[in-house]
Amino acid sequence: MTDAVEPAPQSAPQPTRFQRFARSDLLWSYLRSPVAIVSSIVATVLILAAILAPWLAPYTPFDPATLNLMDGFTPPDSTSFAGHYFLLGADNQGRDMLSTIMYGSRLSLFVGFSATVLAAGLGVGLGLIAGYLGGFVDAAIMRIADIQLSFPAILIALLIFGIARGLIPPAQQQNAAVWVLIIAIGLANWAQFARTVRGATLVERRREYVAAARIMGVRPISILFRHVLPNVLGPVLVIATIGLALAIIEEATLSYLGVGVPPTQPSLGTLIRTGQQFMFSGEWWIVLFPAVALVLLALSVNLLGDWLRDALNPKLRR
Amino acid sequence: MVAFIARRLGQSVLVMLAVALIAFLIFRFVGDPVASMLGQDANQGDIAELRDRLGLNDPFYLQFYHFVLDALRGDFGISYRLQQPVSDLILSRLPATIELAVTSAVIALVFGIVLGIYTALRRRSVETAFIMTVSLIGVSLPTFLIGIGLIYLFAVELQVLPSFGRGQVVDLGWWRTGFLTESGLKSLILPAITLSLFQLTLIMRLVRAEMLEVLRTDYIRFARARGLARRVIHFRHALRNTLVPVITIAGLQLGSVIAFAIITETVFQWPGVGSLFVNSVQAVDVPVMAAYLVFVALVFVVINLIVDILYWVVNPRLRDSASGGR
Repeated sequence: MTDAVEPAPQSAPQPTRFQRFARSDLLWSYLRSPVAIVSSIVATVLILAAILAPWLAPYTPFDPATLNLMDGFTPPDSTSFAGHYFLLGADNQGRDMLSTIMYGSRLSLFVGFSATVLAAGLGVGLGLIAGYLGGFVDAAIMRIADIQLSFPAILIALLIFGIARGLIPPAQQQNAAVWVLIIAIGLANWAQFARTVRGATLVERRREYVAAARIMGVRPISILFRHVLPNVLGPVLVIATIGLALAIIEEATLSYLGVGVPPTQPSLGTLIRTGQQFMFSGEWWIVLFPAVALVLLALSVNLLGDWLRDALNPKLRR
Repeated sequence: MVAFIARRLGQSVLVMLAVALIAFLIFRFVGDPVASMLGQDANQGDIAELRDRLGLNDPFYLQFYHFVLDALRGDFGISYRLQQPVSDLILSRLPATIELAVTSAVIALVFGIVLGIYTALRRRSVETAFIMTVSLIGVSLPTFLIGIGLIYLFAVELQVLPSFGRGQVVDLGWWRTGFLTESGLKSLILPAITLSLFQLTLIMRLVRAEMLEVLRTDYIRFARARGLARRVIHFRHALRNTLVPVITIAGLQLGSVIAFAIITETVFQWPGVGSLFVNSVQAVDVPVMAAYLVFVALVFVVINLIVDILYWVVNPRLRDSASGGR
């Protein structure tokens, strides 16, 4: 009899990672949602085009040696006097719009992504600590988060940007601009993460596995980050995705307001800011295409986040 | 009622003190006030004298105390960039921002409530589907792109409305208004629409959701059974009960109006407080930044206070419990 029981674990081989993914609810829900499929394809194309810009872009728009003023204001889908073809036209300095947009979204994505990582790291850390420790620490952290959440993120980012400008010596401001932007947007967005993670931690804290770990003498820090954290990551992923879309828009807005990255290194917002003036003289493509790229990028990431929120919410499953 | 308002006032004062502390820290430690005021070729004696006059040698708490006292009198120092008193700068630009914000709030409230009721009562019509889709696009577009789009359509293509500025203003002594001239009103249209769009969508969706909810309740069904006219049911019985959350949300959202006003004012080069703030951030004009922070916090606190009191007035159920706070 023992022989019959022994091989049982082997008869059902452990599914590989891929098999588990293929059978998961997440993939099922993805394949059932046309919005998720379309927006993920759009987002992937845009993100790949941005990351691979140095290899894919038809021109190198920020190298003064390759610029030709004869190319200036070439309309979309036409060849300039200098004999260059521009799919999306060229701006006043003869820079190819397609290439500037690819490089611009590269910078926009970099700022948005880094700011979201900063906001998530800060928010998750503080949220875990607040939820786990409770008491005075919890009250202090959450009060700050409440106050910050009642002020619009753009306002806070502007203020942080201004403070940073005042603290950094003028000589280094050009180089520091991108990092200041990341810190400003990141610090403006942490509260949402903290609030969600704190709520989830309050629930997890009372679970038996936490009590078990505590009895075993595991240090609080490692209970928090190795045991509680993995269980609260679902909602964090959702907020991070929607937060990425928000951060991209915030970056574009700040750059549009003229407090973002310098014009020598334009992001999508800077391109829209500089392109706006040419709208009045009929060169609509200089502002339209960066704007379309920004909207597509933010919208597709946002819709992905919405889908993820519904897909990870067991209450909505049937 | 008195106790409720008194406690709210107490909380507001605490919040204002906290914000004043932050503003003071920014003012005191971002950049060097003395260097910013005197310029580069100041001699040692001038610097020492100015330090003394500004009270920078006093202990920290005394400096903060003086900062608060000055702030209460409306004195926030002199702008580094424009060399004018900060309070004068803000006061001279305030009418432009208030006129813009009030106009857009009226647009948002009127159109938001009307469209919300309409889409709730005609739930399955083509117009409703159209309005809901457009509103979804409206919220997902960044404010400044909506502004640029409106400029392109109405100022560049159709050439019927101006694309920037306030037009001609009439000076009423302490208030320069754009309401009294044709060009002033024309200039107001595009910025006001841009600024109102987000709030409008929000209010519309809120009214619609609340209406749909209320129309399903028993007392509405009873009103129908009594044979009351539809108009009476919809507007006297249903609408009144949807307005409580609308007041709260609309009031609390006024904060984001301030943020969107910064963007809108920049897009349309509207000479308001928001564009003053953006210019000050660009130029690191610390006194203006600090004063703007206090100003915005004050607006927030006052709005919250008004919303709380309005909430109390509109919703009798809150009055029963003496505490009232949440």
